[in-house]
Amino acid sequence: MEIKIALAGNPNSGKTTLFNALTGSRQYVGNWPGVTVEKKEGSLKKHPDVKIVDLPGIYSLSPYSLEEVIARDYLIDERPNVIINIIDGTNLERNLFLTTQLTELGIPVVVAVNMMDVVIREGDKINIEALSHALGCKVVAISALKGSGIDELIDTAIKQASGGETVPMHTFSGVVEHTIAHIEEAALHNLPEERQRWYAIKIFERDSKVMEKLSINKDILAHIEKDIKNAENQLDDDSEGIITSERYVYIAEVIERCYQRKRRAKLSTSDKIDKVLTNKWLGLPIFAVIMYLVYYIAMVTIGLSATDWANEGLFGDGWHLFGDGSAAYEEQAEMYNNSMLALEAFNPELLEEEELDAEVVVNSMRAFTPEEKTATVDVEDEETLEITQMTVYYDSIPEDADEETTVPVSFLEAMAFIEENGIEEPDPADYGTWVRGVPVVVEDWLSNANTAEWLNSLILDGIVAGIGAVLGFVPQMLVLFLLLAFLEDCGYMARIAFILDRIFRKFGLSGKSFIPMLVGTGCSVPGIMASRTIENERDRKMTIITTSFIPCSAKIPFIAMVAGAIFQGSAWVATSAYFVGMAAVVISGIMLKKTKAFAGDPAPFLMELPSYHWPSISNVLRSTFERGWSFIRKAGTIILLSTIFVWFTSYFGVVDGTFRMLEEEELDLSILAAIGNAIAWIFKPLGWGTWQASVASFTGLVAKENIVGTMGILYGAGDGTVYQNIAAAFTTVSGYSFLAFNLLCAPCFAAIGAIKREMNNIKWTWFAVGYQCGLGYVVALMINQIGNAFLGDVNILGLAVAIAILAYMLYMLFKPYRTSSESLAGHRV
Amino acid sequence: MKTLREVAIGESVKVVKIHGEGAVKRRIMDMGITKGTEIFVQKSAPLGDPLQVTVRGYELSIRKADAELIEVE
Repeated sequence: MEIKIALAGNPNSGKTTLFNALTGSRQYVGNWPGVTVEKKEGSLKKHPDVKIVDLPGIYSLSPYSLEEVIARDYLIDERPNVIINIIDGTNLERNLFLTTQLTELGIPVVVAVNMMDVVIREGDKINIEALSHALGCKVVAISALKGSGIDELIDTAIKQASGGETVPMHTFSGVVEHTIAHIEEAALHNLPEERQRWYAIKIFERDSKVMEKLSINKDILAHIEKDIKNAENQLDDDSEGIITSERYVYIAEVIERCYQRKRRAKLSTSDKIDKVLTNKWLGLPIFAVIMYLVYYIAMVTIGLSATDWANEGLFGDGWHLFGDGSAAYEEQAEMYNNSMLALEAFNPELLEEEELDAEVVVNSMRAFTPEEKTATVDVEDEETLEITQMTVYYDSIPEDADEETTVPVSFLEAMAFIEENGIEEPDPADYGTWVRGVPVVVEDWLSNANTAEWLNSLILDGIVAGIGAVLGFVPQMLVLFLLLAFLEDCGYMARIAFILDRIFRKFGLSGKSFIPMLVGTGCSVPGIMASRTIENERDRKMTIITTSFIPCSAKIPFIAMVAGAIFQGSAWVATSAYFVGMAAVVISGIMLKKTKAFAGDPAPFLMELPSYHWPSISNVLRSTFERGWSFIRKAGTIILLSTIFVWFTSYFGVVDGTFRMLEEEELDLSILAAIGNAIAWIFKPLGWGTWQASVASFTGLVAKENIVGTMGILYGAGDGTVYQNIAAAFTTVSGYSFLAFNLLCAPCFAAIGAIKREMNNIKWTWFAVGYQCGLGYVVALMINQIGNAFLGDVNILGLAVAIAILAYMLYMLFKPYRTSSESLAGHRV
Repeated sequence: MKTLREVAIGESVKVVKIHGEGAVKRRIMDMGITKGTEIFVQKSAPLGDPLQVTVRGYELSIRKADAELIEVE
C-alpha cells in the first residue's frame, strides 16, 4: 500500500533537517503550483513506497497567508494518511499551537519533539507520555540533527497511517462547544464524523475560504450566525479571537503538566550574541561588515575567479590546471603586448608584413635611429572600445612618467624581449599544464569532421555559447548560495530583516531585499535567485521585478562607452546610472504596491527571531546545490533558446537576393538589422530611433556587455573612430535617453531565466519583463522630451505625453496607501 | 489606554486586549500574544522600529504600528 505522509511544523523547528534525515537523497524540489513557494517531496529511507511531502513552515492554519493556505488545502484536499508534526522542544508553547489545529483535521498525527538533546542538556524535562495523552496523538522524542529517534518516528508514523486515530483532547469553553456542536449538526452531518470538528471550528471562526467551499444553505447560515454572535457577546471577543485565546489557555495547562523547566541564568548564549549583533550602536556597523564580506567573497574574490574560470577557462580558450604556470604566462603575455606596442609606436611599417620574422624585425630595429626620444600609439580598450593615446620611450622610462598613459616597456627593452623570445605570441599551453576550453575542443572536432560552416557556427556561437551562458553563472552562484544558506541557517538573516525593516517597508520590500540588490550590483542573476530567502510572497515578487534595475557589472562597459563617446568621459554619467537604478527600485516599489496585483489582504510584519546556532553543514550544502541545480534546470532552457535565436538572426540574412550566412562585420545585412529597421520607429520618441541603436539594444539581451561590441561593429565603418561616430549619431539628451533605456529595460536572457525560475509563473514573468521595458521606455521618453524642451527644441506632442506620464507617476507616488498597520490604527477604540 | 508601543524598553507587561480585526489581529494572536500573556520588551531595532519582544519564551519582532493594537497593563 502506498502511504502519503505530510510533514508540518513551524519555521525554524528543524523541519528541513528532519525531512533530509527521513528521505536522504531521494527528494525532489519544485514549487507549489503557480506560486513562488517551494515544494519538497521525497520517499522515505528504506520504504520507497512511502511518500513524504514537506509542507511550508507555518505557525497556524489561518486563511490569511499563502503558505498557510497551501498547507491547509493540501491537508484537506489530498488527505495524507498521516501527519508528522515536528515541534521544537525548546519552544513548546508556541509550537503546540499548530498541533492543536492539526489534531482536529481527523487525520492521524504523530508529534515529533525535536531538539530533545538540547532540552536534556539544559536540564529540562518533557514528559512524553503525558504530552501524548494531553494531545490525543502519538508523541516521539527526536533529535533531527543527531539523527536519534528517527527510526522510532518512522515506525510510529507507518503504524498510525493504517488504522491510527487522533482525537483532539482540548475543549473550548461551554458556550463555544455548544455552538460547535450545533454547527456540526446543522451544516456538516453529511461529512465523515472525524472531519466535522475542524470544519465546524472554521465556520465558527467565519473562515471565508472554508465557507465558500462548503456553500451552506442561507437559512442555516443565518441561524448559525446567531449562535456565534451569542458566544461572542458572552466572551467579549470576536469568534476568531476566542478560539485562538482558548487554544493558548489549553496549551498553558498542557505545559504545566508535561514540562519541567530548570532554573537557569537569565541570558543564554544566543541572547548574548543578539545583544551585540542587533545593538543600537553596533548593529548597523556589524551589518555593514557582514554584507561587505558576503559581497567580497561571493562577487569579488572567490566568486569572481570562479566566474572567470567558467567564462574564460571552461567556456573560453582554456585554463592552467590548478593555476600552474598561469602567472608566468600572464607576465610573458603582458611583456609581449607592451613590446609590440613599443614597436608599433616607433616603427609601424615593420608590423605591416603578413608573416613576421623575428630576425628581420630585430635587425631592422637595431638599424633604427629615432628622431625623437618618444613616440605615441593609440590603444583600444577591449571592454569599452575607448581609444587612449599612450607614450613610448626610446631608451628608458623617466621616473615621473604618467603611469596611465605610458607603455611600461621602452623600445630598447622591447627589442631585447623579441630577440630572446621571438615574434610569436606566447602560447599558454607552453606554461604549466594547460587544459583546453570546451569551445576549443569542440572546434577541433568540427574541423576534423569537416562540417559545414553554418553548422560550426550554430554549435559554437549558438549552442556552446548558450550553454556557457547558463553554466558560467553557476560557480559564482554556488559561492553566494553557500553564504546565504549559512546566514539563513544560523539565524542572522531574520536579523537583517529586523534591522532594515524600517527603510525597506516604505518601498513595499522586505529588509531581506537588501541582499538581492547588493548582489545585483555584481550580477542580477544570482541577485534574483537570492530573493528566495524572502518569506513574504509579495515582497519576493517585488524584489524579483526590481533587482535588475541596479546596474550590474556587465552594464559598466556600456555606461563607460556612453560616458566616453558622448559625455567626454564625465564621471557623473556612471554615478547617475546608479542613482537612476536605485530611484527605479524605490519608485517601482512605491507605485507597484498600490496596484491591484500587489494589493490584497494586508499581512502584518510579525517575525520570529530564532535563536542563533551553528548551521548543519549538510543542510547548508544541500540547499546550496539544490538552488544551483534548479537554476540550470528551470532557467537553462530559456537562456539557451534565446541565445540561439539571437545568434541565428544576427548571422543570417538576405544578400543580393540570396539567403546566406554572414560574417561578423556584415551585421548590417542580418535579419536582426531588418528587425531593428522595422521597430526603430518605436524608439523615435526616445530620440534614438535608428536601426543601429535598436539592434544594439537587442544584442544586449544576450548579455549587456554585448551592446558595446555591437556598437563597435555598427559604428565602426566610415571615417573616424567608433567613439566619434557614436558622438555624431547621438546628442547628449538622446545619448542619456539611450543609456537609461538600456539600464532599465528587460535584463539579459540569463536574468529573465532567473525571473522565470523564481516567479514560477509565466504570466508574472511576462509582467516583470513588460514592466521593466515599459518603465525603461517612459523614463527614456521623459528624458528625451523634457531634456530637448530645456535645450529649446520643443516637440509639443512629445512634451505633452512626457508631462502626462510624469504627472501620473507623481500621482501614483503620492497617492495615499493604507498599510495593514496604518489602516488598523484608524480602527483604534 | 496603554499600548505595547508606549512600554519602555526592559519592562514587562500583561496583555489586556488585542484591537483591530481580520488578518492583523489573527496573526498577532497566532504568534502567541493573547489576553493575559506576559510580554517583555527587549529592545528596538537600531533604526528605532520594529521592536523586539519576548513572548511565550521566544523572540518576536513587531512593528510599532502593530504594537499600537495591543492594549497592555
